[in-house]
Amino acid sequence: MPNSDFIMQHIGQISAFALITMTVLGSALISTFSRNIVHSAYALFFTLLGMAGYYFLLGADFIGIIQVIVYVGGILVLLLFGVLLTSRSLDQIQEPQHSASLGVVVGVSVLLLAGLVFAIVSNPWIRIAAPAIPQETTQSIGRLLLTDYLLAFEFSSVTLLAALIGAAYLVRRREQ
Amino acid sequence: MQAIGLNAYLIVAAVLFCLGVINCLSRKNAIGILIGIELILNAANLNLIAFNYFSTTAFAGQIFAIFVIILAACEAAIALAIIITLFMNFGAVNTDMANRMKG
Repeated sequence: MPNSDFIMQHIGQISAFALITMTVLGSALISTFSRNIVHSAYALFFTLLGMAGYYFLLGADFIGIIQVIVYVGGILVLLLFGVLLTSRSLDQIQEPQHSASLGVVVGVSVLLLAGLVFAIVSNPWIRIAAPAIPQETTQSIGRLLLTDYLLAFEFSSVTLLAALIGAAYLVRRREQ
Repeated sequence: MQAIGLNAYLIVAAVLFCLGVINCLSRKNAIGILIGIELILNAANLNLIAFNYFSTTAFAGQIFAIFVIILAACEAAIALAIIITLFMNFGAVNTDMANRMKG
């Protein structure tokens, strides 16, 4: 059981974690249960920013930055564009109601969550070593991407190119 | 010694995953389903980075997270293209309307 000295030493970390958790889970709840799809997308903004906060807390500063640039700056904007391009009127943004089986879905998910939490808590995670203090994340990741993970890196760049060409092809103007 | 253990992060990720599943299964709007998928992918990323932090496997988890983010970007672009095509064909993005192939 952590004593009060320990808590006082780590008060910054604990309060940051609590703050981020409240932001992430609160906005994810809004994003899930809001009827208005625009509200959902805006709530997702805070969830994604909070996830970047977690990554900073876990010493993954490069991934945190990437998260902000790609998710918040790219995917979320794309989602909002999608919402606003595909709604002709306000009542299309407003979802009439969730499908009738919402209760069933929530029940199944709560069961799933209970199983996951049980599995997490009951597993005695063996720490391989004390958490290493990460240094020069960006430099190390860059070197690894161009040496050990080069094949995966090139494949993912080709995938990205193919996805972008495919997306542009799908929404092209069709000749009558 | 860490104040916040591995379990805390894993439980947050589990909750996010379940919220994403609810989002995916209960929405009729195709973009709502996409939002659910983003939540699920973020939960997976949080797991990867938490495991990376609490073990000595140099940067494997973080690099996996990068690839997940790349694939999420691909998936969002393709999904938006499909949704816009759906909208041009049906005039709405309600997934119940796209049932032309129903037997």
